Amino acid sequence: MSLPDGLIVVAKRECPTCTLVEPLLASLAAGGDVLTVLVQDDPVYAAGLPGAVFDSTLEQSFRLGIEFVPTLIRMQGGREVARTHGWHRGDWQQISGQPDLGAALPELRPGCASKTLDPGIADDLQLRFGQSSLQARAVALGDAEDPMEACFDRGWTDGLPVVPPTPARVLRMLAGTTRRPDEVLGLIPPDLAPCTVEKVAINAVLAGCKPEYMPLVLAAVEAALVDEFGMHGILCTTMFCGPMVIVNGPMGRAVGVNSGVNALGQGHRANASIGRALQLVIRNVGGGRPGEVDRAALGTPGKYTFCFAEAEDSAWEPLHVQRGFAREASTVTLFAGEGVQGVVDQKSRTPESLAKSFAACLRVVDHPKLAMAGDAVLVVSPDHCRVFLEAGWSKARLLEELTTLLTVPGDQLVAGVDGIAEGIPAAMAGKLVPKFRPGGLLIVRAGGGAGLFSAIIAGWAASGPIGSIPVSQEITA
Amino acid sequence: MTSLVLLDPTSERSPVARALTARPAALAGLAVALLDISKPRGNVFLDRLAELLAAQGVRINRYKKPTFTRPAPTALRQQIAAENQLVIEGLAD
Repeated sequence: MSLPDGLIVVAKRECPTCTLVEPLLASLAAGGDVLTVLVQDDPVYAAGLPGAVFDSTLEQSFRLGIEFVPTLIRMQGGREVARTHGWHRGDWQQISGQPDLGAALPELRPGCASKTLDPGIADDLQLRFGQSSLQARAVALGDAEDPMEACFDRGWTDGLPVVPPTPARVLRMLAGTTRRPDEVLGLIPPDLAPCTVEKVAINAVLAGCKPEYMPLVLAAVEAALVDEFGMHGILCTTMFCGPMVIVNGPMGRAVGVNSGVNALGQGHRANASIGRALQLVIRNVGGGRPGEVDRAALGTPGKYTFCFAEAEDSAWEPLHVQRGFAREASTVTLFAGEGVQGVVDQKSRTPESLAKSFAACLRVVDHPKLAMAGDAVLVVSPDHCRVFLEAGWSKARLLEELTTLLTVPGDQLVAGVDGIAEGIPAAMAGKLVPKFRPGGLLIVRAGGGAGLFSAIIAGWAASGPIGSIPVSQEITA
Repeated sequence: MTSLVLLDPTSERSPVARALTARPAALAGLAVALLDISKPRGNVFLDRLAELLAAQGVRINRYKKPTFTRPAPTALRQQIAAENQLVIEGLAD
């Protein structure tokens, strides 16, 4: 329906200001202009007027971009030339060309929100009448299909239920980023399939993300695509690892990524769904499914999702600052993580003692007799961190002391020593051997305020340039 | 009732079943690539295969990927395809 030149009033009956101006509509219709009255909610409004139209689908209101009712518009030559909303006596008199219009009414009454902006309706209107930017293949379900089961049947889930990715949900998810839906982030391994922002949004819906998580999910996907991270190998290895996401900076705090109580555990939507969205992108876009290209012998629960934030402390340099970003920047750091190994030390009250505890526990990463194989993340709890802070130990100092403590004579580690066939090559005998390659031990602070425990997250035993090195990516939009 | 529509989260590569390449009746006169993916002890397996194939008079070409953690470089894949009719790959240790 194209609207004729003249005056258009958009109204809804439940709006008191629309009711206030209803008696004026006859005057407007009696003037020299064609009057069209678009009624959003109830055709009883302005029922006697020939130009009254019940905009039951809200299509006309949507196309006119109505935000408030009543709205008065003048069309001329097929184009809008004037508009006002609410009741402003002067505006209405000027636009209508009737200088006495509503002379008895108050000068000003604000209007109400247009029905097009009601919760749930705006998305639907955008889908039905807007210019859809969605390009993904539409999958029509059978009438008898349960949407949750349909997602399982099509192989889209990690074994847990997913949120069915309806076009309305995907549009809402895309509203969480300013990036174009058709922007290609890169080629997702193992199939090296192009991944658009829209595909990330669909998988973020599946994972249970809120739209405000989109910038974090996009940064995580981009980090996984950096060649040094080696996502292909992380996926297809027979070893345990999966992409673990460490969040730093204000954007993580803004969306509620947990860094406190149970930081490595369940219960926080942001942690759970951001890590899961990354894994679902790998699965669905990249085609990385367990038992197919994913050949993990055992895997780890972190392959469902593994995301947490650092509990940043002003006295301890946070991970992203250590890695060259400004403190006020927001980042994700991806690490090829295995499982969580607890470090229980409830007796150390000096940094020297606690560092020795950490070193003793870190030696068993991969195997006590292996070295420079897997990287590791040491998650220091606030209670343990306090021991270092009170003694004036920075994070860098702790790392330096651990590096020293973890450098041992190769003779102790050579294959066959201690009756254990596993071990480093005999050529390393007589040399000092560090447990981790340079840069292979990351330290972050996280956890609840009570508990003299820390945690070690071992990395892939093919860490370093041959397999995977941690990658940080700034979160933008 | 209008059926529910979901948006496809996958790469939309249709699952077309591809036919296997026809098997040669005999190896005589063919070149066989043995690809070591740099997994520990993969070479032990491939060495033994090379012995067995050589005993049958089969022409063998040996190749090695720089690291098992990444796909073979494009140039290596092209070289193998250009120089051989068959390829045997040690997939894991």
